[in-house]
Amino acid sequence: MPRETMDREIRELKDEILMLGSMVEKNISDAMVSLKTRNVQLSLEVLQADNNVNQKRFDIESAALLVIATQQPMAHDLRLLAAILEVAGELERIGDYAKGNAKINTLLEYAVHEVPLLELEAMSEAAASMLHRAVIAFVKEDEKEARDIPLEDDRVDEMYKSIYRKLVECMIQKPQTIDHTNFYMWAAHNLERTADRVSNICERTIFVVTGELTELTHNDEDMS
Amino acid sequence: MINLDASTSSSATAIETRGLNIHYGNFRAVKDIDLVVEKQKITAIIGPSGCGKSTVLRTFNRMNDFIKIARVSGEVLFRGANLYDPAVDPVEVRRLIGMVFQKPNPFPKSIYDNVVWGAKINGFSGNEDELVESTLRQAALWDEVKDHLQKGALELSGGEQQRLCLARVLAVQPEIILMDEPCSALDPIATLKIEDLMRVLSKDYTIIIVTHNMQQAARASDRTAFFTMDDDRAGIMVEMDDTSQIFTNPKDKRTEDYITGRFG
Repeated sequence: MPRETMDREIRELKDEILMLGSMVEKNISDAMVSLKTRNVQLSLEVLQADNNVNQKRFDIESAALLVIATQQPMAHDLRLLAAILEVAGELERIGDYAKGNAKINTLLEYAVHEVPLLELEAMSEAAASMLHRAVIAFVKEDEKEARDIPLEDDRVDEMYKSIYRKLVECMIQKPQTIDHTNFYMWAAHNLERTADRVSNICERTIFVVTGELTELTHNDEDMS
Repeated sequence: MINLDASTSSSATAIETRGLNIHYGNFRAVKDIDLVVEKQKITAIIGPSGCGKSTVLRTFNRMNDFIKIARVSGEVLFRGANLYDPAVDPVEVRRLIGMVFQKPNPFPKSIYDNVVWGAKINGFSGNEDELVESTLRQAALWDEVKDHLQKGALELSGGEQQRLCLARVLAVQPEIILMDEPCSALDPIATLKIEDLMRVLSKDYTIIIVTHNMQQAARASDRTAFFTMDDDRAGIMVEMDDTSQIFTNPKDKRTEDYITGRFG
C-alpha cells in the first residue's frame, strides 16, 4: 500500500489531537472544581497546564505543516490536515476559556452564596461532554455524530440564559456584590463559548468527510 | 475540402470528443471518451501510465495518423467539423492545433530559423524579424536570446529549447496548444517558467496538457480530466471538473485514490 509514511504521520497527528482534547477537557473540569470549591491551588495548576495546551497546539501545527510540505497531500488527506490545523486552534481557544475560569477563581476575594454554582457545574459538564465526543467524532471521522453533537448547544444556551437571569437577580438583590457576581457571569459566558467552539470542531469533521463547509449553529459572541 | 481556417465558432468549447474510441490493431486503447475542452482555459489530463491520455491528446491534431495500426472512431469536433472527416486536411489541423512534446525537439538550425520555419511553410509573407521578436516575447524567451538569434538552437538549455519549441508553435498562430509532458525533462525552475508562461498564454490560446505530475496539474490548470483503465485495460475518462474541485474534493473514489497516491 503506497503512502504508508503519510498515513502513519496522519495517525500520529490524530493521536495528538486526542491528547490535546483530553488536556483541555481536564482543564475545563479542574477549573470548574476550583471555582466551586474555591481551591486557588487547583486554579493555579490549571493556569500552568494551559501552557502545555498552548505548546501542544504549536507542536501539532508544526507537525501538520511538515506533513503538508513533505507529502503533498491531496483531496481527503489535504482536507484532514487543514482541519487538524483548525481543530488544534479551536482546542487551544477552548483551553483559554478554561484558563479564564480558573483565573476568575483567583480573583474572587469573598463568596457570593446566591450564585447558582450547581447550574454552572452542570453547564460545565455538558460543554465538556460535548467536547469529549466531538474530538472522538473528529478522529473517527464520524459525520453523523458531528451533526448530532451541535444540537446539544441549544441546551447549553438555555442553561446560560437561566444562570444569567439568576446572576442579574443576584446583582439587583445585593448590589454590593456586583463586581464578583460579574465574574461568574464571565465564567458562564466562557462555558457558552466553549460549546460554540465544539460546534466548530464538528463543522471541520463534516468538512473532512464531505468537503463541505457548513455553519452548524449560530455563533453569537454577544448572546445574552 | 473543409476549410477549418475560415470557420470560427463562437461557442465556449474549443474542442470536443464524442464517443471517441481508439484501437491499436485489435487492442482498444481508449473507450467512449466524451471530453469537452473550454476555450482559453488550461485543461490537464492526468492518470496512470497506459490510461490513454497521450493517445487522446495526439488525436486532437491527428498525430495518430502516423501510427499505422491506430484506428479512430467517434468524433473530434473543432470549429464545427469532425477532424476525422476525410474532407479535413490534417496539415491544416496541425497548424491550428500545435503540439509541444516531452523532450524539446528544436530543428538543428538557428533560433531564428526555428521560429520562422513553420510560418514560412504556411505561406507567411510578413516581416520575419517582427514575427521572430513578437513570438519569442510571447514565449518569454526574447530577453535571453535577442543578442544571438543566429546561434544554434541546440546550444540553448533544455528549458530554453522547450520555450523555443513553444515559440515555433505560436509562430503559426494556432488556436489550441497541446502539451505532452512538456516539463518532464526540465528542472523545477524551468518547469515553473513554462507553467507561468502557460498561464499568460491561456489568455489567448486554449491549452491541453498531459502530465504525470499531479502537482503540476494542480498548479497550472483550470480544468482537470482524470483517466484510468477499465478491466480490459482500455483507457476511460472517470471524471472531469474544475481543477480546484478535483484536487480538494473529487467525486469519484477512483480519482480520490489516484490523486492521494493510494493507487497507480
